[in-house]
Amino acid sequence: MDAFIELDRVEKVFDVRKKTGFLKRERRQVRAVDSISFSVARGEMVGYIGPNGAGKSTTIKMLTGILTPSGGRLRVAGIDPSRERTRLARRIGVVFGQRTTLWWDLPLIDSYKLMHRMYRIPDERYRENLDRCVELLELGDLLDVPVRQLSLGQRMRGDIAAALLHDPEVLYLDEPTIGLDVISKAKVRGFLRELNTERGTTVLLTTHDLQDIEQLCKRVMVIDHGRLMYDGPLAGLHEIGESERTLVVDLERELPPIEAPGARVVKVEGPRQWLAFPASESAAALVARVAAAYPMVDLSVREPDIEAVIAKMYAEQSEKAVS
Amino acid sequence: MGERSAFAEGLRAYGLIAGMWVRSSMTYRTSFVITMLGNGTMTGLDFVGILLMFSQVDSLGGWSLAEVALLYGLSATAFGIADLVLGSMDVMGARIRDGSFDTLLVRPVPVLAQVGADHFALRRLGRITQGALVLGWSLAAVDVDWSAAKVLLVPVMLVSGAAIFCAVFVAGAAFQILVQDAAEVQNAFTYGGTTLLQYPPSVFGKELVRGATFMLPLAFVNWVPASYVLGRPYPIALPEWAAFASPPVAVACCALAGLAWRSGLRAYRSTGN
Repeated sequence: MDAFIELDRVEKVFDVRKKTGFLKRERRQVRAVDSISFSVARGEMVGYIGPNGAGKSTTIKMLTGILTPSGGRLRVAGIDPSRERTRLARRIGVVFGQRTTLWWDLPLIDSYKLMHRMYRIPDERYRENLDRCVELLELGDLLDVPVRQLSLGQRMRGDIAAALLHDPEVLYLDEPTIGLDVISKAKVRGFLRELNTERGTTVLLTTHDLQDIEQLCKRVMVIDHGRLMYDGPLAGLHEIGESERTLVVDLERELPPIEAPGARVVKVEGPRQWLAFPASESAAALVARVAAAYPMVDLSVREPDIEAVIAKMYAEQSEKAVS
Repeated sequence: MGERSAFAEGLRAYGLIAGMWVRSSMTYRTSFVITMLGNGTMTGLDFVGILLMFSQVDSLGGWSLAEVALLYGLSATAFGIADLVLGSMDVMGARIRDGSFDTLLVRPVPVLAQVGADHFALRRLGRITQGALVLGWSLAAVDVDWSAAKVLLVPVMLVSGAAIFCAVFVAGAAFQILVQDAAEVQNAFTYGGTTLLQYPPSVFGKELVRGATFMLPLAFVNWVPASYVLGRPYPIALPEWAAFASPPVAVACCALAGLAWRSGLRAYRSTGN
């Protein structure tokens, strides 16, 4: 399938002025995005991850036409976003995780009615899309509630619905699960999966949460200091980063460190033990092995965090450079 | 999309968004009524200040009370219309600072319409009402030999004046894109401008009057055309037809403000926030 989103050596350079004295100012150039190239096919679901200030949001802003690239070529659905921002707007949906676009003092449904008219969505399509969103995002009881009374998770679901009423071909989500509780996260993820598989909407999401990626995206892109560090499947990222997940086991009583092939104990605290194992391997097999040999009371699995994975990628790269 | 349909699209979006703000403000009915009353009182007191002055003197810079009231009514009404339509553009700096300006840029409607309708508030009708009352009284009270041209000039002044003030609002908003905490600078030109025009030009220095004619042509809101209506000499030497120059001046101001807005928006999109 042809590329739906295409970036060819795209750059974004900001002029940053810093006060260095009463009237003196120092000008410095910051490369927020440094020669990034990638393409996303129609119907793909891609995770775009990286630490704060890595250039994730700047990329999204260029893709939506909010910012004009300083260099390179960028196309979304064949359109140059910064030149034809308004035309592109009808074909894209955007959810900014920390900023709601809903009307604070009005019932949720009023925000949807505004979208209906602002995007000139045909009545039939609007009804269908609204019904589907209401059902899948469980918004039925919330439609008549003023937005200011919604919880963070409810508002996020409301915002996602608002971004989808006009049938966008691509949906950009900037930190869609930030600050949400476990149940809300699960609802949002379930909905996005359905949207992508059933309706074929292309989805690009930025996140801090590796679990978002794990549960949703086959493909992940890592950006840091404005550069694309990795583009490929999540498993490959784990291999490169040699990242490890942690199995936390609560035993019935204090015991010597657990011996299990493929895992090593990193910490023991009374009856609780921490086992590290490669993130690319299944936790189920390890859990079965431990459960068979030890009196286990409880367990949990901790994912590696993105900062750790990236730090390892860096270490690896500089090692290669030295040798 | 052609220019004309973009304009129609903008008006439609403006209406939709303004409607949402009106409904939002109606959710706090008591607060709405109180601010409405407060606003009416405040603007009402505004003219009382001028009345008090005339209780001590018979004329201000050679202008009678009815004549000053004419200036006041024209300026306050024209400004009131602009303030109702675009008066919240000074919140734009705040929107840029908190990042919510970005959410306006991903909508399929003109940004200017969205920013213009932002925080649309019906309480601003108070200022128009008060200005119109003063204007109505002054028109009855001034000693003028009404000709067709003079009668025509009154609505022309209001429409052109409102357009000139609108241009100042838009230009100020464009300036705020570059300097985000400049809301007070904008207020100096908008609120400051209307206050300036409520007094006869003869009480100000020639330099200020010249600046208000040629630099920021506020004089065409009322000073110049109202002088013609009242049969007074123009505040500075201008040909007689200058009284009828308000509409083209307003069009030029709006065009310049539109260009300023465009380049401001372009600067935002290439520098980010």
